[in-house]
Parts: sequence; structure tokens; C-alpha cells
Amino acid sequence: MSYIIPKESYNGKVLSVDFGKGNNALTVGGGNCLPFLSFEGELPHPPVIAYEIQDTVPEDWPDTVKNIYKDVSANPVTWAQYCQNELKAKALALRLVSTHPDRENRSTEDVAKIIKEVLAAIEVPLIILGSNHIEKDASVLVAAAEAASGSNCIIGKAQEGNYKTIVAAALAHNHKLIAMSELDINLAKQLNILITQMGFAKEKLITDPMCSALGYGLEYTYSVMERIRLAGLLQNDATMQPPILGDVGMYVWKVKETVASESDVPEWGTLEERGIAWEALTATGMLIAGTNLLIMRHPKAVKITEQTINELI
Amino acid sequence: MALTGVQIFKLLPKTNCKKCGFPTCLAFAMALAQNKVELAKCPDVSEETKKTLGEASAPPIRTFNLGVGDKAVKMGGETVLFRHDKKFFNPCALAVNIKDNSSDDELAQKAAEVAASELNRVGQKLRVDAISIEYASNDSAQYAKAVKLVADKAPDAAIILNCKDAAAADAAVKAIAARKPLLYGATNETAEALANIAKTHDIPLCASAQGLEDLSALTEKLQGLGVNDIVLDSGAKTAKEIIEHNTQIRRSALKKNFKPLGFPVLNCVIRDDSTLEASIASVAIAKYSSIVILSSIEKWKNLAIFTLRQNLYTDPQVPMQVEQKVYSIGEPTPDAPLMITTNFSLTYFIVSGEVENSKVPSRLAVMDCEGLSVLTAWAAGKFTAAKIAQFIKDIGIETQVKHRELIIPGQVAILSGALEDKLEGWKITVGPREANAIPTFLKSKTV
Ligand code: B12
Ligand code: SF4
Repeated sequence: MSYIIPKESYNGKVLSVDFGKGNNALTVGGGNCLPFLSFEGELPHPPVIAYEIQDTVPEDWPDTVKNIYKDVSANPVTWAQYCQNELKAKALALRLVSTHPDRENRSTEDVAKIIKEVLAAIEVPLIILGSNHIEKDASVLVAAAEAASGSNCIIGKAQEGNYKTIVAAALAHNHKLIAMSELDINLAKQLNILITQMGFAKEKLITDPMCSALGYGLEYTYSVMERIRLAGLLQNDATMQPPILGDVGMYVWKVKETVASESDVPEWGTLEERGIAWEALTATGMLIAGTNLLIMRHPKAVKITEQTINELI
Repeated sequence: MALTGVQIFKLLPKTNCKKCGFPTCLAFAMALAQNKVELAKCPDVSEETKKTLGEASAPPIRTFNLGVGDKAVKMGGETVLFRHDKKFFNPCALAVNIKDNSSDDELAQKAAEVAASELNRVGQKLRVDAISIEYASNDSAQYAKAVKLVADKAPDAAIILNCKDAAAADAAVKAIAARKPLLYGATNETAEALANIAKTHDIPLCASAQGLEDLSALTEKLQGLGVNDIVLDSGAKTAKEIIEHNTQIRRSALKKNFKPLGFPVLNCVIRDDSTLEASIASVAIAKYSSIVILSSIEKWKNLAIFTLRQNLYTDPQVPMQVEQKVYSIGEPTPDAPLMITTNFSLTYFIVSGEVENSKVPSRLAVMDCEGLSVLTAWAAGKFTAAKIAQFIKDIGIETQVKHRELIIPGQVAILSGALEDKLEGWKITVGPREANAIPTFLKSKTV
């Protein structure tokens, strides 16, 4: 019997979204087949990894990853430059955690200043994230979008409870937008519809179906992502075609496996390798399920994930 | 691919004799197509029909074991391409590779690592399942000796003989025949000799080729030689080859019922960097591998790979659950603290683990919420004040504890008022939101 390669024919295509300016601008998405199956389609843009930085010292990160940035993290500008120049980051994701009312409750004026300083200091594209406080993000991200006007950033995350002001600001200042819902394909679809109904082009959207760490719900995220990809490609569902974000670092670097010392759990082996593997394997799982853009924290985990991507394309 | 009723009908005697209990041969054929009746009910079918129908009803991916005994790993038998369509059934076996020309100490050490690799996660025992011994010495006596040594030191592990040399393989198989090793290395050149060994000892054989065209030709040849338990090695090296070949193999088997590739798959993912190796192993596990061969099995790496495998192989329709009951942690006296949570495995194991860490003997009442986490169960209306109150009354806890204080998860602090109303005489205490704060919380309660 001679062998015929079983190819799938797809009707739809993942939208391609670019961000950043000039030579350093990046594009994600654009494929017309399932992840890494280039024997049956085109995958023009490999997945991109952005390094996460914050607007304040990351006291709540475990030492394994906090110590790497200890000399630069007091100032988001030095932190951003370190990632770009020393770690060769291709993109950065600035999370404005200090705006959270339970943290420093930093003002929108401060936010605007930080964003302008960081943008002035870097050449690579920037993702700007709120503190995930629904009400506060509604004003913080508006200020951020304005401060970053003209820089073609990705702003997020717009959620069901706060998307209106954020969408309007992203539209006014020409940014791309992350739409986040919680682990449910129908919620993801519905939010994309609500956002496009405001006149925001679906070609400028990124879907975040909510990440989860290895061992803590990874299988839910994995299957929701696979189902989104299949709906976009096989059923040509236009609301399911934006590129997918995997916000990996923030879910990984708090679970017990990345925090507990070897003396507490000798059967789990060395802590540093364990934490790095936890972030890298979570990222690999997301890539296989369909993620186009990853946000990560540990340089070694980023390197391993990049090597994996290079082997996959 | 299952046959339709009409296709089956064409193979029947068409006499409508009714001996099968059906009014016509067609009615019988329709019932057969829906697996409602067995072919044996018709006394008059020809031998040829039996064979054709038998083959058509065989599962698209052959199922058999790697290794023997309780720790044997079932391979194959998968029915879907995506876990959300049903589930993945038989978790991929993990194997570590060692060269036969390593020193006896190294061989023993590696075998001991495998034997001690078992970890408990969310109530499941997970381990490195197999050892692959690579024929590198070019000395068949050395190979047999190394194989024997490793097999003895890892008595529960499955053994993979990574050896393309027929004489060396024969000697090694004889040394450990009862362990039913997987013979890994039948190529086009060695097919006859290795098939012969596999048949003699009734052991599975892995077919190694470059690409799927050659691989299908090879498995057909091996089947022609009488070997049925075949494992596939397509020669995939890079992650890209792994994901592409494995996807093509799984699709051919499931969608085309292409028999030459209807077997479990083996991938070798050895890399210089151990973390990269773990990452490539994850690609293979997610995309249809049944055996993944690694070069090293550090504890941190095992934990991460075991967890990924466990996640992808859970049933997407039914969350992992534990039994509803009051669990004693330590040796609680009637005065010991009483806590409540849901029966989602992950929740139970995280919470009970932290209660153990606290060293404060306690009771943890676990309520059936269909395997949902605390907040999910609350949002789904399964972990409400009324239901918790009913549960506390029904479970008979009032005879086990002297006090009347119930500690609830911080995430559902909102329930405390309603619960105090519904559970007369009880004091409701709101515990921490996150389980890792439980030890401090419990210690502060007991001083
Ligand atoms: C995975 C998930 C699901 C999975 C279910 C997984 C499962 N088996 O439970 C699925 C996809 C099926 C699901 C469905 C729904 N979900 Co849901 N889901 C989640 C998610 C992402 C994670 C839940 C989880 O696994 N947590 C991990 C476990 C271990 O946490 P836990 O049980 O709470 O235990 C921790 C603590 O509570 C504490 N603890 C536990 N017990 C005890 C006991 C004591 C005494 C103490 C002191 C502490 C303690 O320790 C643990 C570790 O710290 C959360 C969001 C999030 N990130 O939390 C939403 C979330 C829980 N879901 C939510 C909702 C609304 C739903 C749905 C109703 C609708 C929907 N969005 O789809 C459905 C309902 C399901 C149904 N059958 O009807 C909401 C709840 C909103 C709210 N605040 O009330 C959440 C918070 C998301 C959100 N913000 O919208 N969900
Ligand atoms: S017993 Fe066989 S031949 Fe007779 S009616 Fe049934 S199927 Fe037809």
C-alpha cells in the first residue's frame, strides 16, 4: 500500500497582527493551518515571546526569578533596557501592578509618565498590561493608551466588565487590544463580538482565553485554545481568528512547584531547574495548543521556549 | 473504519433463515453495524466473512502492553485527535536511555533512579516507566550482561532493547525473556532476523524507518512475518518532525483506517540541555507519542513531565474527584479544628497537603460538588450555604467533634452569615483565601 499524507483542508485563517514601529516591529498570527503543521498550510509568523517587566520591584516573585532582575527592577526603564539590550528581548510586556488599589494605587498621571519614559528608552515593541483590577484598569489603560499614542502597542486586558473605555482608547490612539475572558470558548467569542460591535476591527484584536499553569488547570486552557483554533480554521468563524495570547509567567511563578524549597520537598529536586522547567513546559503546552504570543519571566525559560519554537518551525 | 449495515449485508448468506433471531439478514446486518449483536449469532457465515468483519471491527490503533506485571503500561487504543473530543486514554510511557558500555555502577545507578522515580500527584502514582538500553559496546556478551544487570536493579520497569544487531538482541532477550522487553530496532535490513526473535519470545517489536512511506512498508513486511505487536519509529528527530509525523500517523489510523500505521508511536527526544529535552518531550506527549525516550531523569524534570502528561490525559468531561467524607489529618481529637472544602482532586490535595504541613491534627470535610473547585462550585450553585448546612448535618460530624466551629475557605467568605443562620449553634470562621496560608492560620488558632 503506498502512503498518502492525510491533509486537512482549512477554510479560515488566523488574522495577522503587527505591533511596534520600524525595523523592530513584529507580526504574529497569519497562519492557515493548525500550529506547526506546515505540510498542509502556511505559517508566516512564528510565535513571539515578550519579557514581562513591572512598574515596581516584583516583591511577590519567587527568588529564582526576582534575583535575576534585582539590580534593574527598581526602575522600569532600567529593567526594560536590561531585557532589550542584555537579554535580547524581541518584545516587552509592562505590567502596571502598582496601580492596583491593594498595592500602591498609583495614579493615572504616574502611569502616563512611566509609559513615556519606557517607550523613549526602548526600540522593541511594547505590550501594556493593567493590574487586572476591573474598575481601575478602565482608567489606567485609557491613560496608558494615550501616553503611548503613535507607538502601535498592544494594550490589555479588556474584559467583559471594563472593555468599553479601553476599546475606545485603543481605537483613538491606534493600538492593538487584548480581549480576555475566563476559560470558556463562548465567553471569548462573545467578548470579541462586543468589541467589534464598537467599531474596533477584528484585525487588531488578540484573544486571551486565560492561561493556567502546568498542574493548575493547564488542560482547560489547552483545550479552550485548541477549540478556538479549530473554530477559526475549520468553521471559518471570524470571531475566533485573532492570534492567541498565553500570559504564562504570572500564572507559573506563584504555584508551589516554583516556590517550595528543595529542603521542604526533597522528592521534587532542585528549585531553580524546577521553576524554569515549569515555565518552559507551560509555554510549550500553550504553543502546541495555538498560542501566537507569550509573556514570560525567566530568561532561561524564554531561551528554552525559543529553541523549541526554532525546532518546531 | 467500521462497515455500514449494507456493506455487512453483502457479506452475509442472504437466506433470511432467521436462525440469528432477526427476521432478515439485512436486519441482522443493521444490528451488527451498531454493535448490538455478535456475528457469532449467525451459524452460516463463511470463514472469509468472519475474517473481513473481524478486521473491520479491530480498533484503529492496536492496543498492547509495554512490560509485564502491575506496572505494565498500556499503549495504543486511542480514538481521537483532540482531547476535547472524548479523551486520551493511555498515558505515554516515559523511558530513560543508557548505553550498555557504561560502567556497572552507572548502570546500577540509572536503574535505581528509575526504580525510585515514583511520585504521587493529585492522588495518582506517576513514574518513569521504562529503561532503554542502547547497544553501543559492539559486544553482544557485554550487552546481555548490562541488560540483565539493569533489569534486576529495576524490577518493575519495562525494558526496551535499543539494538539493531540480531545476535546481540537475541542474547539480551534470552537473558530477560520473562520481562517481555520491547525490541527496538527492526529496519528494512534486519526485519526478518528481529521478527524471528520477537515471534519466538512473543515480545513487541519497534519498526524504525525514515519517513512514513518506508515505515508503512516495513510494518506490512513485519506483519507478513507474523509480528502483530508493533511500535512505530518514523525517524522523527526535530520537534517539527515529531509533531508532523505523529499527526499524520494518528490521522491515517483514525480517519483513513490505514492499518500499516495503526500502532503506538515511539519518539526519542534526547537533547544536550535537559530542560530543552523536557520541552521537546512535552511536544511528543501532547501530540500522540506512546513512548518517549529521554537521556536523563532528574527529579525536577520528572515532576514537570509527569504533570504535563497527567494534565493532558485527564478526562475533559469529568474532573478528577475524591470521595465525599470527613478526612482525618494527623490524629485529631474531638477538639481539633474542622474545615470544609469541595471534592475536586486538585483542591483536596492542595488543602490537605497544607493542613499536613501545619502539623496541627485536623478534620477536613470534603463535600461532593461534582469535582469542581471552591469558586467554580460556588458559582455553579453546588457549594451554597443551604447545601453545606445539609451536608454537615448528614455526614454525622456532630458525633465526632465536641466543638461547633466550622472553618470555610476564604474565597467563599460571603457564605458565612447565611451558614450561621442555617447551622444553628455553629460558629463559622473564615479561613485564608489561599491554601498556603493554612499552616500559619491553624498554628495561630491552637496557641
Ligand atoms: C478551571 C475553572 C473552571 C473549570 C472547572 C474546573 C474545576 N474542576 O473546578 C470549568 C471550565 C469547567 C469552569 C466552569 C465554570 N466556572 Co470556572 N473557573 C476555573 C478557574 C480558572 C480555576 C479554578 C481552579 O481550578 N482553581 C484551583 C483550585 C485548587 O482552587 P480552589 O478550589 O479555590 O482552592 C484554593 C482555595 O480556595 C483554597 N481552599 C480550598 N479549600 C479550602 C478550604 C479551607 C478551609 C481554606 C482555608 C482554604 C481552601 O485553597 C486552594 C489553593 O489556594 C477559576 C478562575 C481562577 N483563576 O480561579 C474560574 C472561576 C472559579 N469560574 C467561574 C465561573 C463563573 C464558572 C462558571 C459558572 C461559568 C463559566 N465561567 O464558565 C462555570 C460553572 C461550572 C458548572 N459546572 O456549572 C468564576 C467564579 C466567579 C466568582 N467569583 O464567583 C471564576 C472565579 C472565574 C471568573 N472570575 O469568572 N471553571
Ligand atoms: S442466521 Fe444468518 S443467514 Fe439466517 S437470517 Fe440471520 S443472518 Fe441471515
